[in-house]
Amino acid sequence: MIVYGVALLSVCLILGMLIGEVLGVVLGVDANVGGVGIAMLFLVMASNSKRFKSLTEGTSGAGIQFWSAMYIPIVVAMAAQQNVAAATEGGMIAIIAGVAAVVVSFALVPVLSKIGADTKASPGQGQPGSKL
Amino acid sequence: MELIETVLVRNNLIVAFSVVGVTIWISYLLANKLTAGRIHGSAIAIAIGLVAAYIGGVTTGGSKGVADIAILSGIGLMGGGMLRDFAIVATAFGVHFSELKKAGVAGVISIFAGVIVSFIVGAAVAIVFGYTDAADITTIGAGAVTYIVGPVTGEAIGASDAVITLSVAAGLVKSILVMIGTPLVARYIGLDNPQSAMVYGGLMGTTSGVAAGLAATDPKLVPYGAMTATFYTGVGCLLGPSVLYFIVGIMFQ
Repeated sequence: MIVYGVALLSVCLILGMLIGEVLGVVLGVDANVGGVGIAMLFLVMASNSKRFKSLTEGTSGAGIQFWSAMYIPIVVAMAAQQNVAAATEGGMIAIIAGVAAVVVSFALVPVLSKIGADTKASPGQGQPGSKL
Repeated sequence: MELIETVLVRNNLIVAFSVVGVTIWISYLLANKLTAGRIHGSAIAIAIGLVAAYIGGVTTGGSKGVADIAILSGIGLMGGGMLRDFAIVATAFGVHFSELKKAGVAGVISIFAGVIVSFIVGAAVAIVFGYTDAADITTIGAGAVTYIVGPVTGEAIGASDAVITLSVAAGLVKSILVMIGTPLVARYIGLDNPQSAMVYGGLMGTTSGVAAGLAATDPKLVPYGAMTATFYTGVGCLLGPSVLYFIVGIMFQ
C-alpha cells in the first residue's frame, strides 16, 4: 500500500520536528534545532532496517519515492515565493554582507572537506541514494 | 472571467502543480536546446521562480513573491515550509548510514564554522558601514548567518526595527545567491560527493538556499547537504544572542 510509505515518512517528520522543538526549548533557543535532519536520520534507519521492510519496499516504497521525486518541483515553488523584492531593497549593506558571507563560505567547502577526508582515510565509497 | 478566477482560486494547490509543471517543462527544454544540457534544467526553473517572485513582490507589494497573487496562492502552500520539509526528508530514502557517518565529524565542524564565519563577515561589513552599537553589529552579523537568525537575535538583544529588517535582507541575499551560485561554483569547490555536500550544507546553512542549490547541481547530493543545513539555523539562534553578542559587546562597549 502506497499510503504505508507516506505514513512512515510523515511519522518520521513529525517525530523529528517534535525532537527539534524540544531541543530548542532545552537550549533556550527560539527555533527548531535540526528537526528535519533528525527526521532524515529516522528515515535512513527505517529504510536500512529489516523491521520496517514492509513499509519501505514495493509499493509502500513508491509512496516515499514519489515525495522524493516531488522535491525539485517543490523547491521551484519555494523559489517563486521568496521575498526577492525585499532582498534587493535592503541596500548596499545587505547585499555586501550577504554576498561576502556566501563567497567566504564557498571558499571554505574544499578546506573543511579535506579535514574530513584526512581524519577518516576512507576507501570505497558506497553508492549514494540512487532513488532520485 | 470571475468564474475562471473562482475555480482557480478554489483549487489553488492544483493550479500550482500545473504551473510548476509547465515551468519545469519549459526550463528543461531551454536547458537542452539553448545550453546543450550544460546548465541544469532545474537551475533554470529555480531562476525563473526567483524572477517571478521578484515581479510578484514588486507588483503586489507583498512579501511572498508570486504567492501573493490570488490565483497563484497555491504556490505558497506547495513551496511552503511543510511540504518542503516533507520532500527533503523523503530524499533521505535510500541513503546509506555509512555515508553519513563518514562525514559526521567534518559535518559538525562545518556547522559551527559556517555560523561563526558568516557572522564575522556580516559584522565586519556592518562595522565598515559605520555601525558602532554592539546590538546593531551583532544583528547584522546574525542576518548574514540566515534570515531567521537575524531577527531572532535582533529581537532577543533589543536591536532597532530598521536594523532587524536589514538583517533579514542580508539573509535573503545570501539564500538567493546560494541558490544561483551553487551550480556555478560546484566544480571549483569539489562539490561532487556526499562528504563535501555535508560540509557544504553545514557551511551555507540556509535551508532554502542549500535545497535549491543542490537540486540544481546534483539531486543525489540533496539529502547530505540538507541533513547538516537543518541544524545550522538552530545553532545560529543559539550562538547569536549569547556568545557572539557577548564577544561583540566586549569589543564595542
